[in-house]
Amino acid sequence: MSCYKGKYTDELIATANYIGTPGKGILAADESTGTIGKRLSSINVENVESNRRALRELLFTTPGALECLSGVILFEETLYQKSAAGKPFVDVLKEGGVIPGIKVDKGTVELPGTNGETTTQGLDGLAQRCQQYYTAGARFAKWRAVLKIGPNEPSQLAINENANGLARYAIICQQNGLVPIVEPEILVDGSHDIEKCADVTERVLAAVYKALNDHHVLLEGTLLKPNMVTPGSEAPKVAPEVIAEYTVRALQRTMPAAVPAVVFLSGGQSEEEATRNLNAMNRLKTKKPWSLTFSFGRALQQSTLKAWAGKEENIPKAQAAFLSRCKANSDATLGKYEGGASLGEGASESLHVKDYKY
Amino acid sequence: MAACTTFVKLNASSSSWIGQQSFNQRACAFPSRSRVSVVRASSSGSYTDELVKTAKSIASPGRGILAIDESNATCGKRLASIGLDNTEVNRQAYRQLLLTTPGLGDYISGAILFEETLYQSTTDGKKFVDCLRDECIVPGIKVDKGLSPLPGSNNESWCQGLDGLASRSAEYYKQGARFAKWRTVVSIPCGPSALAVKEAAWGLARYAAISQDNGLVPIVEPEILLDGDHPIERTLEVAEQVWAEVFYYLAENNVVFEGILLKPSMVTSGAEHKEKASPETIAKYTLTMLRRRVPPAVPGIMFLSGGQSEVEATLNLNAMNQSPNPWHVSFSYARALQNSVLKTWQGRPENAEAAQMALLVRAKANSLAQLGKYSAEGESEEAKKGMFVKGYTY
Repeated sequence: MSCYKGKYTDELIATANYIGTPGKGILAADESTGTIGKRLSSINVENVESNRRALRELLFTTPGALECLSGVILFEETLYQKSAAGKPFVDVLKEGGVIPGIKVDKGTVELPGTNGETTTQGLDGLAQRCQQYYTAGARFAKWRAVLKIGPNEPSQLAINENANGLARYAIICQQNGLVPIVEPEILVDGSHDIEKCADVTERVLAAVYKALNDHHVLLEGTLLKPNMVTPGSEAPKVAPEVIAEYTVRALQRTMPAAVPAVVFLSGGQSEEEATRNLNAMNRLKTKKPWSLTFSFGRALQQSTLKAWAGKEENIPKAQAAFLSRCKANSDATLGKYEGGASLGEGASESLHVKDYKY
Repeated sequence: MAACTTFVKLNASSSSWIGQQSFNQRACAFPSRSRVSVVRASSSGSYTDELVKTAKSIASPGRGILAIDESNATCGKRLASIGLDNTEVNRQAYRQLLLTTPGLGDYISGAILFEETLYQSTTDGKKFVDCLRDECIVPGIKVDKGLSPLPGSNNESWCQGLDGLASRSAEYYKQGARFAKWRTVVSIPCGPSALAVKEAAWGLARYAAISQDNGLVPIVEPEILLDGDHPIERTLEVAEQVWAEVFYYLAENNVVFEGILLKPSMVTSGAEHKEKASPETIAKYTLTMLRRRVPPAVPGIMFLSGGQSEVEATLNLNAMNQSPNPWHVSFSYARALQNSVLKTWQGRPENAEAAQMALLVRAKANSLAQLGKYSAEGESEEAKKGMFVKGYTY
């Protein structure tokens, strides 16, 4: 058989297509307990389960926000949590027309013999975990591989190892009913120019799709979560239109039309930057046989967090900020963002953290 | 469409004219629509822009490629089938008939030539490459040196021709060629073995990089032979494997995808399979394979006919163009364009005009198929005859 064909084939294809619905995208709310702790401490909120639950409830119950979303990626803890009124988050999302997804990787470890390059763990027991997550209501999964640009990086070893890991993860997900989001993030850290980023991105994506094909992954039932093609964080910035051209060209050169959608990561861009870049891509007149949409974490939540500051009386203000970013990105998927989404405090703030560890 | 009316006056050497003008800039009625403002410098260096323009020009709506690059031996078989000796005079006469067909450029965007033909002229002394240029048809050149047995494989072949390819390509460019073609084969009854697939893909990738470096758009042709009794699902599997390997190696060799064309076989069941698939089924499987393997950056996919009858080849192409595709989906046919022509000509000068009309009939049919508008009503019986030859060697 040329690729996966089994009881989940139709559902995988339908889910992947739905995620790419024009006007919608993904909220990445799958911060691990450790990472969400960093967010909470930045607004002086204690990292306890009730606070983590409260933050996610704030997001999921924002009136009007769910219409801008096709999916939400959850951390395992959140998959089993409920709203204050006792309704499972999974049901809150489903009733709002939003598909729950689940982070399934177990973080990165260093590759010995390299200059700090990593591979991602999580294949052991993955099949069983996917089955459990499917039972709990999840219909897509996410696994983040990380690569960096340096004088000798990414090495062929790092590319091969991460591509292979993504392919193994992807086919296991499909066998167990979850659409795999394939995320080969090339970190923005560095002083390289946009040409270098384009070159590396194209090489990495070529290797990723070769691995997916070798492992018989059903491309129609997958999504790609790549970095946008940009200059390094320490290099001079360029206009959104330039980012759009380089990014779309990289995808034209590597991503088969069978994949229904690209869900970009924001990787440290400010909320406003990420939206403008996505908008520019959707305005570009060129061959784009896939949807181009968002899967943003920090770039959807930053101003919301600041507005909330952990206080119940701030919830309406925080939800307004969240809705504003959701709408802005929804417009961006249609190429209709005109700017001026009421800039909440922090919307233009760069979210880049050097050598960011999830 | 009238012949091109604005073009630079010819210099003594047509090649320096061609050096000044790319095909896309003239008043050929097929302007490119999307601009490529950001093109990365790659190993093809100074030719990148021209390669991209040429590829787009060949991949223009309603047009496809006429493949007349039969080696002398193979051309001899065609001539013998109508009782003609295999002499240079006869080969020249036959190619002249084809290449001077009036209005051919309405339906044909490129013509693949054999080396001998690239340097030939009409009996009036007009260079064949100039005849083509006048019709806005890009001249192309077969550059491979044929198949040999692949040691260590399961009776499979590999394609030779890399030695000296750079300098040959540069010479062909000077003579006026702007695209090249290299045909390797994969056999399903023989496996195919991983070795044969890897060699086919790697050879194509090296050829493609060298071609681009010397100004020729490479047509990438890994023909999966029709021979065999396998079902269409098996062909799909093999085709996906082959193209995954091809694109991976093309990327490794830094080939610029906006400046290549593909020449795949359609995904069909084997010639000896009990059931023949309908055009709609062939279209479905072939498009599935293309969507899974061909990056949208590739401007055109020009199918080979590989032994299908003239009408079959046209019907199948038509079925593939019933809805928009991310790449131009068209034809690069040899036998499926020439069969009726040969039979009409019979080597007799008094039949030349009728033979040229026969070529236009087939070319127009395939042009309509490229636009998804073809109907098989009124096609002759001759055109429907299959041309599969078991174990066919080029």
